[in-house]
Amino acid sequence: MTQHNRAQTETFTPSGKLQFGIFFQGVNSGTIWKAAESGSQTDFESFRRIVQTAERGLFAAFFLGEGLRLREHLGRPHALDVVGRPDAQTMLAALASVTKNIGLVATQNTTYNDPADLAHRLSSLDLISGGRAAWNIVTTDNAWTGANFRRGGYLDHADRYKHAEAFVETAKRIWDSWETAKGPVRRVLHEGQHYTVDVTPRLPRSAQYRPVLFQAGDSPEGRDFAARQADVIFSAHPKFEAAVEFRKDLVARSLNAGRGANAVQIMPASEFILAPTAEEAAAKKEWVRSLQIGPQQAVAYLEQFWGRELSEYDPDGPLPEIDPVVEETSETRGSGFHGAKARQLADQWRAEAQDKGLSIRQFVTSKTARIDATFTGSYAAVADQLAEYAKVGAVDGFNISPWLIPTGLDDIVNHLVPELQERGVYPTEYVGRTLRENLGLATPVRSADEAAQAVRAL
Amino acid sequence: MSTTEDRTEAGQAGFLAIELDGAGWDGGDFASLTEAVLAAESAGFHAATFTDAPVAGRANALQRAAYAGPVTRTIALVPELDTVYTEPFHVSTQLASLDYVSGGRAGWIATAAEAPEAAAAVGRENVSGASLAQEAAAAIEVSRRLWDSWEDDAVIRDVATGRYIDVDKLHYADFETPADFAGAAYSVKGPSIIPRPLQGQLPVLAAASLVGQGEVAADAVDAVLVTAPTPELLAAEIRDVRSRLGASVAVIAELDVVLDSRGQAAAGRVAGAETGRARYVGTAAGLTDLLESLLTEADGVRLHPASLTVELDELSRLVLPELRRRGALRPPVQDGTFRDLLGLAHPASRYADSSTATAAGN
Repeated sequence: MTQHNRAQTETFTPSGKLQFGIFFQGVNSGTIWKAAESGSQTDFESFRRIVQTAERGLFAAFFLGEGLRLREHLGRPHALDVVGRPDAQTMLAALASVTKNIGLVATQNTTYNDPADLAHRLSSLDLISGGRAAWNIVTTDNAWTGANFRRGGYLDHADRYKHAEAFVETAKRIWDSWETAKGPVRRVLHEGQHYTVDVTPRLPRSAQYRPVLFQAGDSPEGRDFAARQADVIFSAHPKFEAAVEFRKDLVARSLNAGRGANAVQIMPASEFILAPTAEEAAAKKEWVRSLQIGPQQAVAYLEQFWGRELSEYDPDGPLPEIDPVVEETSETRGSGFHGAKARQLADQWRAEAQDKGLSIRQFVTSKTARIDATFTGSYAAVADQLAEYAKVGAVDGFNISPWLIPTGLDDIVNHLVPELQERGVYPTEYVGRTLRENLGLATPVRSADEAAQAVRAL
Repeated sequence: MSTTEDRTEAGQAGFLAIELDGAGWDGGDFASLTEAVLAAESAGFHAATFTDAPVAGRANALQRAAYAGPVTRTIALVPELDTVYTEPFHVSTQLASLDYVSGGRAGWIATAAEAPEAAAAVGRENVSGASLAQEAAAAIEVSRRLWDSWEDDAVIRDVATGRYIDVDKLHYADFETPADFAGAAYSVKGPSIIPRPLQGQLPVLAAASLVGQGEVAADAVDAVLVTAPTPELLAAEIRDVRSRLGASVAVIAELDVVLDSRGQAAAGRVAGAETGRARYVGTAAGLTDLLESLLTEADGVRLHPASLTVELDELSRLVLPELRRRGALRPPVQDGTFRDLLGLAHPASRYADSSTATAAGN
């Protein structure tokens, strides 16, 4: 609501600059664990090392995901990829004491958290870090995840954004509740379909007013939700043309939501494989891919769609001629795949792999989403490429998933960042103390309407 | 969880904890939290605790403890976390994460929120009476099972077979609230989303009033916090609790402290509401004698200073050095764990020798 008071601009103006974020994934095949230099995924030193490298490279933000249930494979925890990660806000609170400027972004779910509790913990992180906290808002809708929580169950897929929006608006009212650092404090009431809140919030506003809001959904509903509520969208469209299209779409949605054309920033997920020369980078990419999708992972990838063991198939041979077990691939495996399409998909993939002459391993490597998100090349060439994004404002920055922990940002910080700075498209210092200031976001204005509502509610 | 067998001989010497309430939120600058926890550590305190009682301006206790983790080496970091209106799965993960960021120096004061406001904030029915202990017992059991749900050596990074983890060393917790559970029944499947904490199991502390027959079982906790109305009554209360709960549970006495400081008499600084805890008001020398005597009865004493800056200064200059000289305090161990401090061995996972790995159908 507070965003309505922001100066509205109808035309999008590129900032001409890029920001970097780093997403420490902690799960899945993007992070390679088989290399000699692959470090611990849980030791605090891994987190300290990489966040301090990011800060040396003037990164705007450090992201952590949220684990709610371990991914499973054929009824058991998935064994082949990196897995096992800390609670996001606990780790970020610890990192707050060893960093000064970088934003600390916690991915948190609106289904398996309570609004008053989550808003309080995010406020805490924001105060503890001196105004550097952010919330990456995600939704979940499956019962399989709910098995770890009191509330169990799940939401209708169609309802999840409605629920998320009520949740976020309640959180914003909680963050809006202190008039000054000394009070007075407004009580916040919400009675909704999914939860009820009656709380007198305990924490004042932070140096950046309230945590910055990121959002990652990509469906039309997700985009509209971001256009109404978020400060930054963590998008899935890093390719230049797709990024430009996505910007146009988001600007239209932001204007539609009554916000300015520049109100919502865009940072696509991305991966960088860099070297002094193009040839070296290409060779490095081969090596990275071979470790991301090893022979067992390639077969396992097909197994989650086939719903059966395929270990007798040669990863360097053709796709299995055997058909998927349809009933075994129903939705509760954490793969996000819906089973009815399994046989059709298998036929399609076999045809595609045969056409292109791809083995199981080559095919699976070509199928992973990160292909589109990877920038490969010499430092200078990739810097030229990124400068184009900055010039037209295709994105506001990139959220980088390092493929190596904890040294995966070294190349970027030591070589790419200086190239970008030379081109005038990357910050040369942290411009402010808070994440909001460093991202160039406007400070929310406390809503008068909200005050009237709260008084009535009392 | 501790047994007489796995508590090593700690001798006569005890430990001192200090509640760091006020640090990092009274002035709005969290650098003061770093200063306070470092001052407590260098004074020789063995543990710092972080209250989470709902007070305006007080940030989340677990996050305050986590913030202190990377800047300290020796002191145990022990936040309060509610068991009634929180998600046990999140609580377990948060505490395990605290253990990682502190290098194995984390503990948990499990509390059971009684205030109706706590229930209203999350839209739940108010839990009261005997149901509070049921909620606490269930949440502690969930955490303990989840902490065991990855065996210590579950991450194998076996390049030859392509396995990052050994799935046979991960286990479903399969917790369900008991049939007589008064609150809304729930279940927690597991395994945890984080590997086993560095300590295996974090030490769990609770108020002695929450532990015992008909409450949280004594073997669910590692230490209890014992309260009495006056310092004189503490020793008898400690003996009562010991006879009620047995020798496997460490006993920590609770003491409010107001000291003479810089020519100002303590009595003149006594202020604020009654806390229900015994309060010592007087000289540093008198406190030293009281603590020496209490530590012959209790395993440890937790001090609640009237003012963190004033009392901490007096304690570090006058009280702790003298107690050390008298041999009343255990030497702090750099990079030691909280379990080490309590004399608890690293426990094997409850699932370690079972064949109930996460096989299909389990």
